[in-house]
Amino acid sequence: MSRFTVEVLVTPRPGLLDPQGKAIHHALASLGYDTIEDVRVGKAIYLEVAAGSPAEATERVEEACRKLLANPVTEDFRVTAATEGAETATEGTDPAPAAAAGGVR
Amino acid sequence: MKVAVITFPGSNCDQDCVRSVELAGGSPSYVWHRETSLGDADAVIVPGGFAHGDYLRPGGIARFSPIMDAVIDFGRDGGLIVGICNGFQVLCEAGMLPGALLRNRSLRFQSHDCHLRVERSGTPFTADYARGQVIRMPLSHADGNYYADPGTLAGLEADGRVLFRYCDARGNVTHEANPNGSLNNIAGIVNARGNILGMMPHPDRAIEDILGSVDGLPLFRSLLAADVAVGAGTREVA
Repeated sequence: MSRFTVEVLVTPRPGLLDPQGKAIHHALASLGYDTIEDVRVGKAIYLEVAAGSPAEATERVEEACRKLLANPVTEDFRVTAATEGAETATEGTDPAPAAAAGGVR
Repeated sequence: MKVAVITFPGSNCDQDCVRSVELAGGSPSYVWHRETSLGDADAVIVPGGFAHGDYLRPGGIARFSPIMDAVIDFGRDGGLIVGICNGFQVLCEAGMLPGALLRNRSLRFQSHDCHLRVERSGTPFTADYARGQVIRMPLSHADGNYYADPGTLAGLEADGRVLFRYCDARGNVTHEANPNGSLNNIAGIVNARGNILGMMPHPDRAIEDILGSVDGLPLFRSLLAADVAVGAGTREVA
């Protein structure tokens, strides 16, 4: 068993009205960022998962996404694969940030 | 009629719902979310509030509270369930009602009275209203923007499962009267079987004159009169 940091990105479905993204887009446009053509806002969730392999960790988290972390009616999710962390990570230390090792969805 | 009112940590309309049931002549009781049984309840109300702090998504965590298995079974057996505001969000998250409640179009928390057009009478929730009647009650939410995919939405409309729609004081369903961006001005829907209602506005806050409206009371009277016994199977729900 090792510990993996798993990043979950939850985003509103394409085509679904995203009022937060719209508001931020307007703010950016008013600051002169006129080349930014669209903004969508989601959320990032980081999980520390004990598993035998990154694939196993990813699989567990994808299941959790379908059950709880994302709303299947309105949201998509992307699970960015785990990075192997120290098995005995000390409490209080920040885990290494997830290095992208092949996103899955 | 015994009505179980579920209390989640963060529920803040459970007392309003208990009061509503009492005024309508029923016997309410509080059921804490960690319970696993509804006892001998004849109906269930999932009240408004901010269950589990609205963390993750409104209703997203409440949906997995221990009592929810019993609520889901109760609904599956044909028991009458009303979800109000956050309760509506919980029922959608639990898959007991279709669709989802998104952030308000305005991005603002909306808290004001609204007018609703009663789209159907003769249901366990609207028997005491007339079809087309315009009623007034408060709404109070940040995430009340009803969304469903086009196929689901068409089905809801075709089957007459939209019970309440936002409208103006004269009953016109307009863009201006839509407080949150809900598709087709939808304020309240029922499931396919017709025994589960979800609505964003608060009938429980319109039950006595001192509150400024009594237009919510007929909903509770309808519910109590419907008296559909769970599992008895002697009476079909509309």
